[in-house]
Amino acid sequence: MKIIYLIVPLVVLAGVVVCSVAFGVTDIPIGTVWESIIHYNASNEHLIIRTTRIPRALIAAAVGACLAIAGAVMQVLTRNPIASPSTLGVNAGAAFFIMLCGLSLGISGQQAFTWVALIGAALSGGIVFLLGSIGRDGMTPVKITLAGASMSAFFASLTQGLMLTNGKMFDQILAWLVGSVAGREMSQLEAVWPYMAAGMAIALLLSRHLNVLAMGDDMAQGLGQSPGRTKAFGAASVILLAGGSVAVAGPIAFVGIIIPHIVRYLVGTDYRWILPCSAVFGAILLVAADLGSRYIAMPKEVPVGVMTAIMGVPFFVYIARKGRRTS
Amino acid sequence: MLEAEGLGLSYGDKYIFNSLDLSIPKGKITVFIGSNGCGKSTLLRSMARLLKPQNGTVMLDGTDISRMATKEIARKLAILPQGPIAPDGLTVLQLVKQGRYPYQSWLRQWSREDERIVREALEATGMSGLSEQSVDSLSGGQRQRAWIAMTLAQQTPIILLDEPTTYLDMTHQIEVLDLLYEMNRRDDRTIVMVLHDINLACRYADHIVAIRAGQIEAEGKPGEVIDEQLIEKVFRLKCEIIPDPLYGTPLCIPYTNCSLKAVKEVLRR
Repeated sequence: MKIIYLIVPLVVLAGVVVCSVAFGVTDIPIGTVWESIIHYNASNEHLIIRTTRIPRALIAAAVGACLAIAGAVMQVLTRNPIASPSTLGVNAGAAFFIMLCGLSLGISGQQAFTWVALIGAALSGGIVFLLGSIGRDGMTPVKITLAGASMSAFFASLTQGLMLTNGKMFDQILAWLVGSVAGREMSQLEAVWPYMAAGMAIALLLSRHLNVLAMGDDMAQGLGQSPGRTKAFGAASVILLAGGSVAVAGPIAFVGIIIPHIVRYLVGTDYRWILPCSAVFGAILLVAADLGSRYIAMPKEVPVGVMTAIMGVPFFVYIARKGRRTS
Repeated sequence: MLEAEGLGLSYGDKYIFNSLDLSIPKGKITVFIGSNGCGKSTLLRSMARLLKPQNGTVMLDGTDISRMATKEIARKLAILPQGPIAPDGLTVLQLVKQGRYPYQSWLRQWSREDERIVREALEATGMSGLSEQSVDSLSGGQRQRAWIAMTLAQQTPIILLDEPTTYLDMTHQIEVLDLLYEMNRRDDRTIVMVLHDINLACRYADHIVAIRAGQIEAEGKPGEVIDEQLIEKVFRLKCEIIPDPLYGTPLCIPYTNCSLKAVKEVLRR
């Protein structure tokens, strides 16, 4: 029965991807979209579809899927319902390192940015984990949340400082920093997808072990798991997923928090279902949010990160108010 | 067979216990008693490899557990930590199925035998009718039975439980202890647990281990070891020990000078 929650969303995802390719500042008939794929003729419309719309839709889908899986994995690893790449500072760290290396070391190119983002994600994630685990009671939800919030703020401030000292390119950087999938090229997705795929594969292979870890470290160890090893693999997958996402789309918030909760509500507590469903739902959310962002201030575009924030904040408040442990 | 040899464990420079030796009798119910912070939970957790002792070894069937794969240990010894928490919405059936985790791998997926063992564990704990309920919707006693069902599905000859009756009312305490007693007598499982209630400990234990400041103060049959001096030493509490009128096991009636004086005054009036 649960398979419905995977198949129906996949159909919906295909639908929103097609809409995302067809609709925007210039609406393109679905027929033309189809034609551009099978009989490409380098007309203006075909050019828009091939070089702008399709990469944009695919990047949104990939990034949405990655952030949602990363959020679901982080929520088990930290036993904290509001854990996600954005709340625990992983995204902010990755973004800061891209800025730092881009502006001061003059690094450019998607491949280089991806590596820098992975290093940044690993470093900030590691710092948050350490700060959240100091003390004899180990890692508690409150400590890890505080550590995440403070590191997010810290990296965001450093990033802003860097921006102010480098006035040029301000507009471009700002749009990227809020999180955006507009104006991307297919080559950028080609550069990051292996990391994203590796992160997803690790997470999916880990799902059975995450089910046991969700009952707590002691219980997991008592059942014959090495919680440390599960967490290390989980962290690796989060770094690949979040780092890869930030490298191509900037630090998009809230997808990683919202989606796992919706999915858990639908399919229950089994991570063998939660993770694949989160991927599909996350992809739908980001593609749809990106589509919606084109209509808010037409013909100008609002970065998709603003859209996810507008949708995410009420949801975030709802989870925080519910105040129950969910892992 | 589970033994501790020269076990030493400290937090920072504070010793919890130091060169402690203990042998858990096979097929019996062993209960650790002692005041808060005496190290009884720490000892139980070390014997289940949840804590790594700095000195000494824990031997399981003649092998040092620190040299065994954690999965291999999980097939011989189950541990139910204190106050375990199930994820929101997890059903009893899903919980009990996790007990089969140590037997699964890439090559060995879920089998009919696993299914049968899970069903038996649910039946043995009287949870069959509640198997589709979510664990967090159950009463305290039912919840504890669900967790015990999970440890049963683990099919280990030894089961360790850290305060399995905490937070339960009297009825449910007895219910849980009866269940453990049955598991011991019927399936010959070795049970080791920490209990706070001395009277229930005396009633259900074959072997009692009294711990004070990280040292074993006394161990043996409850009727032979529990007396006024031991309780005063271990719990710093004066008491009178009388035979339980129903079970004949030691029954501890604690008193303090303060409360006795008050009672005498009431009687005088």
